[in-house]
Order: sequence, then C-alpha cells, then structure tokens
Amino acid sequence: MVESPSVNMPSTTPLAPASPLTALAAVSRAVASARLVALGPAARLVFRGREAAIGPAGEAFGVALPREACRFNAAGGRFAFWLGPDEWLLLAPGAEPAPLFAAIEAATTGLPHSLVDVSARSTGIEVAGEKAAFVLNQGNPLDLSLGAFPVGMCTRTIFHKAEIVLVRHAPDVFHIDVWRSFAPYVWELLEDARRELA
Amino acid sequence: MLIITCPWCGARPEVEFRYGGEAHIARPADPSALTDQEWADFLYNRTNPKGLHAERWRHIHGCGRYFNALRDTVSDFFVTTYKAGEARPDVDASSGGSK
Repeated sequence: MVESPSVNMPSTTPLAPASPLTALAAVSRAVASARLVALGPAARLVFRGREAAIGPAGEAFGVALPREACRFNAAGGRFAFWLGPDEWLLLAPGAEPAPLFAAIEAATTGLPHSLVDVSARSTGIEVAGEKAAFVLNQGNPLDLSLGAFPVGMCTRTIFHKAEIVLVRHAPDVFHIDVWRSFAPYVWELLEDARRELA
Repeated sequence: MLIITCPWCGARPEVEFRYGGEAHIARPADPSALTDQEWADFLYNRTNPKGLHAERWRHIHGCGRYFNALRDTVSDFFVTTYKAGEARPDVDASSGGSK
C-alpha cells in the first residue's frame, strides 16, 4: 500500500517570496506613535559602474541615479538609493526583477559596470510615527534630527549589530532595508525599543 | 562616541568604521628585484609614530570606501581626513579639523 507521492502533492503554484517577518508581524502590538510594518516583496538591484554607465542605467531603470552623497531619487514608485560614490541600490516594490535587470543590462552593454539581482537578499521594514526616530536611535547612533538627516536621505548604517540601509521618506516615516537573516533580530529589537510607548 | 568625518558621507560615529593600517605604503612595482630585507620592510615594518599618523580607514557600514586620516596617536584626535589617492595634507597636530 504505497501511495504515489504525486497524489498528495499540492497543485503547482508559483513560489511567492516569503517574508521572514510574517510570524513576528502577526503578533506585533499596535503602537500609534511608532508603527512597525513588514514591507512586501520588491525587486532589488545593486548597480556599480563607471561614469559612462551611470546615466544609461538610470534611464533604463526610470529613475536618475543620485550623484549627491546619501540621497535618493524616486519616480513612478521606484527608488534609486546612493550607497557609495559608484554604488546604488535600485528598488522597485512589487516588481519582477528579471525584466528590470534585462532592461538595465541592455542599456549598459559594453560600459564598465556590475549589476546584481539581490531581491531575495534583504527585506523591508517601515518605522513610522512621531516616535520613529526615537525608536531607531535605540540601536542607531546617527543624529536623526531633520537638520542632520533630512527627508530624502538614505545611508548604510547599523542597527545594534546588524547592517541596515536607513531611508527617510517623510519627517516621521523611515524605511529599513536589512538582510533577511538579520530581519527578525532587527524587528525584535525595534519591538523592544518601543515597549515603553503606548 | 568618537566622530570620524568620512570624505564622502560626512561626520559619522566610529562604530561604522574599520581601521586599515598605515597609509601611503605603495606595493613595490617589481617585488622580485627586492632583497629579503626590503620585502620584509614593505610587509611588516611600520613607522609607529608618537603624534601624527597617516592611516587608512574604511567606512564599512556606510559608503564602503577606504579613505585616509591624519590622527594623533597620543590624543586620538582626528586632525583631518582625505580621499584615497590624495597626498598627505601638510598640517600640524594643533590645526582644527574633525574631532
């Protein structure tokens, strides 16, 4: 009486990228002054390139790559984050990475550059509310006042022992991009930091 | 916390940086032409000054770039920082610069 394994196989559906934060977000306490949201899947590409490739890459992505240090550009729901003088993180929430990758690769053919699909490497967390900066500062040493860290700024930095990319979308809305294996660590320390808040 | 000024990103906390050893040490163009002593000097011998020291730092949890810094080894005071590839600035330990 050996059943054929195919009998119990679920019907084939495409594999959706699972968030490492699903279980933690399900039991998260609602705190109006510092909301935590696990952001959905996104296409993430890391582009590095010499001068000649920077313009065409931005054109193909639909967002010009920012040349000012620690700033990002946004257009049509896509984001280009400055990470280093020749390094950018291209983020397109909800998009498939493959067509984006192909478009940028086609536009930069023959120009010195590197383009890597890191969509599955990291996951996003939104920290929003009037106490968002306070909560982030429990694990991050940067000055998050609006003068030193204005809206439109992004940077790689640290949260406790984990490396993160920190982005300010609005005075009280921050996004964190963190490697997915570090995400539960960051999430739980954010939870810990806002325990005192109602 | 010690604040270090990255030439790209500006003033940042020390924990974002890693030390990278003495600066302005060029690898010999033709190592096979060197004597053992000269090669050992390149590999191991450093100036280890008391006072101003030109050294490499990497903003590893930031822009990821290497840069150079002039630091006073007595007071741990960062006199100035400058991009990799630039010549060592001609300053003395008492001149301002970043903390």
